Amino acid sequence: MESIVERINQNKFWHFHGGIHPPEQKKSTNEKPIRQLSLPKQLILPLQQHIGRQGDLLVKVGDKVLKGQALTQSSNPMAVPVHAPTSGTISAIKKSVIAHPSGLSELCLFIDVDGEDTWRERNICQDFSQLSHQQIIGKIANAGIAGMGGAGFPTHIKVNTKPDINFLIINAAECEPYITADDLLMREHSTAIIDGIKILDQLLNPAFILIGIEDNKPQAIKALKHATESIEKIKVCVLETKYPSGGEKQLIKLLTGKEVASGALPIHSGIVVQNVATCFAISEAVINDTPLIRRVVTLAGQALAKPQNVWALLGTPVSYLLEQAGFVHEGQKQLANPPVIMGGPMMGFSILNENVPVVKTSNCILAPSKTEMPSAFDNNTSEVECIRCGQCAEVCPSQLLPQELQWSAKAKDHQQLTKLNLFDCIDCGACAYVCPSHIPLVQYYRVAKAEIRQQQQLDLKAEKAKERFEARKLRLEREKIAREEKHKKAAAARKAAMNKKTPEAGAAKSAVAAALARVKAKKAAGAKAQEISAEPQEVSNQVQDEKSQVKAAIARAKAKKEAKNKAVEPSVTPDVDTKQLSESSVSKTNVAEKAAPHKAADDKKAKIAAAIAKAKEKAKVKKAQEAELPTSAEAEKNPVGEQVKQTNVDDKKAKIAAAVAKAKAKAKAKAAEKKQAPASITENNSEEIK
Amino acid sequence: MAFWIASSPHNHNQAETSSLMRLVIYALFPGIFAQWYFFGWGNLIHISLAVATALFCEFLVLSLRTKHGNQGTAKQAINKQLFDGSAILTAVLIGISLPAIAPWWITVIGAAFAIVVVKQLYGGLGHNPFNPAMAAYVMLLISFPVQMTSWQPPLALLSVDLSLSNTLNTIFTGFTSEGYSVEQLRASVDGYTMATPLDTLKTDASLGLTVYESMEKQVFGEHFSLGWEWLNAAFLLGGLFLIVKKAIAWQTPVSFLASLLICTFIAYSISPDSSASTMFHWLSGGCMLGAFFILTDPVTGATSVKGRLIMGALAGFFVYIIRDFGGYPDGVAFSVLLCNMAAPLIDQYTRPRTYGHKASTPKSSSKQEEAK
Repeated sequence: MESIVERINQNKFWHFHGGIHPPEQKKSTNEKPIRQLSLPKQLILPLQQHIGRQGDLLVKVGDKVLKGQALTQSSNPMAVPVHAPTSGTISAIKKSVIAHPSGLSELCLFIDVDGEDTWRERNICQDFSQLSHQQIIGKIANAGIAGMGGAGFPTHIKVNTKPDINFLIINAAECEPYITADDLLMREHSTAIIDGIKILDQLLNPAFILIGIEDNKPQAIKALKHATESIEKIKVCVLETKYPSGGEKQLIKLLTGKEVASGALPIHSGIVVQNVATCFAISEAVINDTPLIRRVVTLAGQALAKPQNVWALLGTPVSYLLEQAGFVHEGQKQLANPPVIMGGPMMGFSILNENVPVVKTSNCILAPSKTEMPSAFDNNTSEVECIRCGQCAEVCPSQLLPQELQWSAKAKDHQQLTKLNLFDCIDCGACAYVCPSHIPLVQYYRVAKAEIRQQQQLDLKAEKAKERFEARKLRLEREKIAREEKHKKAAAARKAAMNKKTPEAGAAKSAVAAALARVKAKKAAGAKAQEISAEPQEVSNQVQDEKSQVKAAIARAKAKKEAKNKAVEPSVTPDVDTKQLSESSVSKTNVAEKAAPHKAADDKKAKIAAAIAKAKEKAKVKKAQEAELPTSAEAEKNPVGEQVKQTNVDDKKAKIAAAVAKAKAKAKAKAAEKKQAPASITENNSEEIK
Repeated sequence: MAFWIASSPHNHNQAETSSLMRLVIYALFPGIFAQWYFFGWGNLIHISLAVATALFCEFLVLSLRTKHGNQGTAKQAINKQLFDGSAILTAVLIGISLPAIAPWWITVIGAAFAIVVVKQLYGGLGHNPFNPAMAAYVMLLISFPVQMTSWQPPLALLSVDLSLSNTLNTIFTGFTSEGYSVEQLRASVDGYTMATPLDTLKTDASLGLTVYESMEKQVFGEHFSLGWEWLNAAFLLGGLFLIVKKAIAWQTPVSFLASLLICTFIAYSISPDSSASTMFHWLSGGCMLGAFFILTDPVTGATSVKGRLIMGALAGFFVYIIRDFGGYPDGVAFSVLLCNMAAPLIDQYTRPRTYGHKASTPKSSSKQEEAK
């Protein structure tokens, strides 16, 4: 580490691979001071302006809010609150287009500005060195600070780490063309920025603090050097201007020669990187108790008559800013909808309409003219075949092979894409900038990344479903074995009891034999009687029919069960199954009633039900008769129970039939439910894709 | 008001494939001029013939392929691809590499083969595994060896005045207006048929002459090879211009010439009697044209820096081997095709280390996959 510092002291830095030198175009805005704007009429505050989660609302429509008042809060550490940028009334809470490449609508707070700009009560902190770490982190968290460089990672999480930090790197590179917001901020507020850095120093206690800044900002460099003269620990490192030196990984490589391992965070190598504007916000929050409610925004591009930097309140609609900068409607003549870009020309995204508000990460609003940036107008129609010139690979700061990635992305070869380290791509756009074939490479990578992520999620889901299915199968198997075991035991007990050489057992045996004989005789008699009358015969035929029908029904039920197993929630079915098995004692008339409404199996079921009811009644009669006989002979003895059980066996078949009928009914109801369920699932998926 | 939606990055350095191709064609001009100066109108006629054939074939295939959309856009798409410069460049390279007084149908067959078979049948621009010009050259060389080796000596050594009309006559009828045949044109004053310096050297070596004895002949001129040395110097000039303009990568030609230097230097040190000098190898045949204009074709070459170095070195080695030990006097076209075949493999093994990844050999990366 000493050697690193030595090198830095000699102003020798490392290099990252590739990089490009697009026209800087910073002259049009870096000559003028940051302008204060008058208050807009309405502010649109998206609840979520950072990576993470949105907080819970603290206000409702019609509430009066004061400047700096928190509007959301949350106990979730990844949530960052938003604050009222000025005083006014909440006029609506509804979905509106947000500042995101997707152009999606998210929940936003609409504030009607009252124009008075009344602050809530503030507690100015005179000496932050008196504050404890937790107090400072609490202040940063409550001020709603998220990284202002682009990604918008919650700052209080980044600064709340264990104290093994070698380097705190302040990113002041601002390598994107056109943008001068940080440049101007450094010139005008270098003291506040240094205060912010001191606060970070107190929190993280790094060995060294390096401010990385490109050499195209001489005045800002001077201001920073002046402000840090007395502080030994802070070093202002002036870097060669090259895009993307402001990329976190690239800046780390430039300043320390280290590389952040793929998939790891800088903190794993003892490095924390903070944007210079974030430092300013931290000092405002901790010292002046001012939450993050405004930021410097560069308004640039030749479609603007007065390009400049402005202090924009968060939530200011882009239309208001464009109006202030004198947006020239050259589009009226040539193009109905000119592009307006939020962010720089390399990594910014074009916004959907003029209602998109400024958020914590918006550093620039770029309205180019067609002559200055023709490719922003042509929607990638000029793409021709790749000729493998390899210029993209030469400029790639991650040292990827963009041309090979492009082929694999077009072929949707996800495996090869992962092998070629697609996920190390930082979307900087250098490859697409130099591509002579005008291939929108970054767009291909974005789509491929999204597809791979989605596939991974689906795989995960499938894996979970499989696990659940396997577990269920195992459980059912176990239960089956247990049941069989129980039955075996019971049978063994019965046999043992029967074979006992006690007189009771012998009596029981003979009693059973007698009973069986009687039953047979009765059956024979019954059969004869049935032969005489036509009706009963039909019944017995029906009983036989019924058996085959029952078999068919069971087969169908099985098929359905299998289908269910494959479905999303197999855990529901077993419940139903066991219930059905245990509920076989439900009265048969109920079964008939239940079965009746199902039109499909109407006739058959009705017949079955009738047959079952008849069979039941008969069985009952028999039972009663049989029960009478043994009880009169040998009352209060076990064998009687056994005998009854045996007769019950006859009943069982009928009961099973009933249960099957019920199961069918239930399964049908389920199937109907499920048909609706897939529809809702696909809805969810389509949302994810967006 | 809705805004125009486009994907980042929004600006572009405005470089275009067609302008790149145009630049390469411009860089060929000094060489073409030298060719005209030393060998007459022949190659210019072949170049124009080849360009016309190539454009016609390209148009034919493109109109067969472009079927989507309405007529207007299809026409636009065809036009754009037709004049992206790639077909013209291929044709110019074929025209340059053919013998000046070869018959006209050689050019037509060559250009048609290059465009239809080598380029378009493989999928068109960017998808051809072989350099179209060199593949066509090799096809012609194998199919029509007599016509393809009937190189005419430099104008200075000719006994017949080869004017524009005479050249045209020769190319289209096989005889000059005075009735001289191609064979007669190639004969020197004393009746011997003259060949290219490389060819002469090869024949003489097989006759048992030393290089020194062979170099006494007229075709070698005062330095290395009459006419050819200036031709190569002119291509070198054009190549350097391209490197300065960053239109081609410097690695391929540098490593090609270095590799040829090493091979010839070793051979020369071992047996100076049977080996020509490095300068002779550098400045004769298609050496410079191959180094700066053929091997640097991005479509068929290796893409990584390391890969280009390897490919250049390999090509230099092949050129030396074929020139000194092979059956053909010059080996640039063959070695280019061999390297084209090797390029995907070279690319596979010269992938750069991605930021944040440890340097990994293909073996370890496959292990990682297994671990996953």
